[in-house]
Amino acid sequence: MIAERIGLVLLAVSATVVIAWAYLLFGDRLISRLPRRLNRRVMPWLFVAPAVFVIGCLLVFPAISTVVLSLFDKDGSSFVGMQNYTDMLSNEITQGALRNTVLWVIALPSLAALLGLLVAVLAERVRYGTLVKATLFLPIAISPVAAGVIWTFMYDYQPPITEQTGTMNALVTLVPDTEPIAWLISQATNNWALIAAMLWTQAGFAMVIFSAALGSVPVELHEAARLDGASEWHVFRRITLPLLIPTVVVVMTAMTVIALKTFDIVYVMTNGNYGTDVIATVMYKELFTARDNGTAGAVATLLMLAVLPIIFVNIRQFRLENKEA
Amino acid sequence: MAEVVLSHVGKVYTDGTRAVADLNLEIVDGEFLVLVGPSGCGKTTALRMVAGLEDISEGSVAIGGRVVNKMPSRDRDVAMVFQSYALYPHLSVRDNIGFGLKLRKLPKDEINSRVADAAEVLGLAEHLDRKPRNLSGGQRQRVAMGRAIVREPQAFLMDEPLSNLDAKLRVQMRAEIGRIQRDLGVTTIYVTHDQTEAMTLGDRVAVMRKGVLQQIAPPQVLYDRPVNLFVAGFIGSPAMNLVHATLERGDGGDFTVAVGDQRLQVSEKVLSERPDLERYVGKAVIVGVRPEDMEDATVAGDAEGRTLTAPTNLVEPMGSDVMAHLTLAARAAVTEDIKELAEDDGGRVLDESATTTTIIARFSPRTELQVDDEAKVYVDTDRLHYFDPDDGTAIWGDDNPATTTTPNTSQGTTEGEST
Repeated sequence: MIAERIGLVLLAVSATVVIAWAYLLFGDRLISRLPRRLNRRVMPWLFVAPAVFVIGCLLVFPAISTVVLSLFDKDGSSFVGMQNYTDMLSNEITQGALRNTVLWVIALPSLAALLGLLVAVLAERVRYGTLVKATLFLPIAISPVAAGVIWTFMYDYQPPITEQTGTMNALVTLVPDTEPIAWLISQATNNWALIAAMLWTQAGFAMVIFSAALGSVPVELHEAARLDGASEWHVFRRITLPLLIPTVVVVMTAMTVIALKTFDIVYVMTNGNYGTDVIATVMYKELFTARDNGTAGAVATLLMLAVLPIIFVNIRQFRLENKEA
Repeated sequence: MAEVVLSHVGKVYTDGTRAVADLNLEIVDGEFLVLVGPSGCGKTTALRMVAGLEDISEGSVAIGGRVVNKMPSRDRDVAMVFQSYALYPHLSVRDNIGFGLKLRKLPKDEINSRVADAAEVLGLAEHLDRKPRNLSGGQRQRVAMGRAIVREPQAFLMDEPLSNLDAKLRVQMRAEIGRIQRDLGVTTIYVTHDQTEAMTLGDRVAVMRKGVLQQIAPPQVLYDRPVNLFVAGFIGSPAMNLVHATLERGDGGDFTVAVGDQRLQVSEKVLSERPDLERYVGKAVIVGVRPEDMEDATVAGDAEGRTLTAPTNLVEPMGSDVMAHLTLAARAAVTEDIKELAEDDGGRVLDESATTTTIIARFSPRTELQVDDEAKVYVDTDRLHYFDPDDGTAIWGDDNPATTTTPNTSQGTTEGEST
């Protein structure tokens, strides 16, 4: 059985290589036979076509189908127009999820950018800075599911009299006369607890980007500012920070998209219970639990529409930077 | 009072490399001092130590009477113009120039008027609202100068500010910098590797090499009385010609210099100026002759004991002169100093074993010399330079020109150490 499978894998791999090679070789030969102008216009498409095809099949087509599905009912049999959207938006659970998502979208990017910038700047100035940066960056390698499991343990709650097994509560109860907190259950803390867990995995990413951007500010600008009479704070605030604004925009937009797409952390830690639902968990529940294609599609479409403007901003910023460079 | 005094200043990096050794400089208020030397000689390091951008490993730096070793840059009240200008890219020209004043919380009106004045002086008035990336190199350089001027500091520190400009602009800006410094009367330390800039701008010029000060003197003194081979070969373009020779005393008591098989006569005047030459009779010396101290004998006239002959290798008409490259039958002087200068020059090939060497002479444009002609060269033997072949020091005597001159003496000599 295994031998069969290995054989199949090898076959698939070699077939792919052969087909790719043949495609490029013959495609090139065919196109070079065309008259000059056509040749030049068609040739780039030879190389880009496979990627475009894949993206079309796996991204564009599903996206369009989702939007179409959102206009139909549960199993896609009858057309219901905007019914799914209105139902969804008037639903209490969805409204709660939308509120939470807004909280995530505001809190996660700001906190990630702040923490990342702080660590990036301060780590430059200490000898053990590289160690700090590596420590902050490590959690990125952990899958969000694993992170969710880790933090579930960290937030564990035991009744007040018994020993606390969760790290956070163990720390909290060190303070005399303090009761342990039900981090994931109490509505006052649970969303923030989830955001914190996500932050732990994402701050390193922001920090690394800021670190690179800081390195691109010429040292002489700092020296010139110092000679002009600037204290270290002034150097940061008036020289470094203004030059970092484009980077901040990039980090914020990336983090906003991540915040909008958050699913694993919430699903693993609370399954969206206790008022911690976000858009993605609602969509999942509709699709797999309620098996309602139409509503799930509506939620997905809503999410896509929310992300689009951010992507536009990002691409525009990217183009602007390219023009300047 | 804004004199700058460096006292036994040294710089050693953590890995052990020594950049500056025992540097002593006394720069008086309002003086324009140039630090010049090849790359890696420590001049920029010395400047950065004065600015506070490098720690001072040894010795002390005093600005306006205060020792500033432990003082951070922002309190030293000095302004620096960087080679790359270091303009703040996100600020307009106006804000760039006014940055230091804004930090010091001066009233807005005063900032605006000071900035406007500086802009007038530098011809930047119509560019005040533009950003640095929309300015040409020359304009950016002037903004950098404006930023320094407007602060009215105790000293200007300039780190090769003209290196990034094209040749014509460099000449223009050189004159402007000189003019501005004279008008403002601010003590200035100027670092460059270009000896032309050094000669034209400095009240005094300090030549450095491998972290050690070689000689500090007004430009003409440096030119006429270099204290060693390095300074002699570094200052002056085209460089001084340096060849091996022997000093001889004839029967009549007259001194001659034997260059290859040819002889030049050394007058009594020279011997009285350089009494130490006595010690080198019968011995090898290195003789230096500047291109302009030679002339085509057909134009200058024949002179007994002042003539050399050599075949002509190349003739370069410059309009105002003719540069003649001659192949002299003598051994080129190749010491460590000279090799370093040649490397810096762009790798002239020096072969000490060769029996001939190329010398460059500056002839009058009336010469009719052609390539392959046997040139007869009149040499002004009174202006020959003599150096010890072992350590490269100039041969003088009691009347030794100093490595350090005090700034009030425009020419001439005072006591001091030679290297």
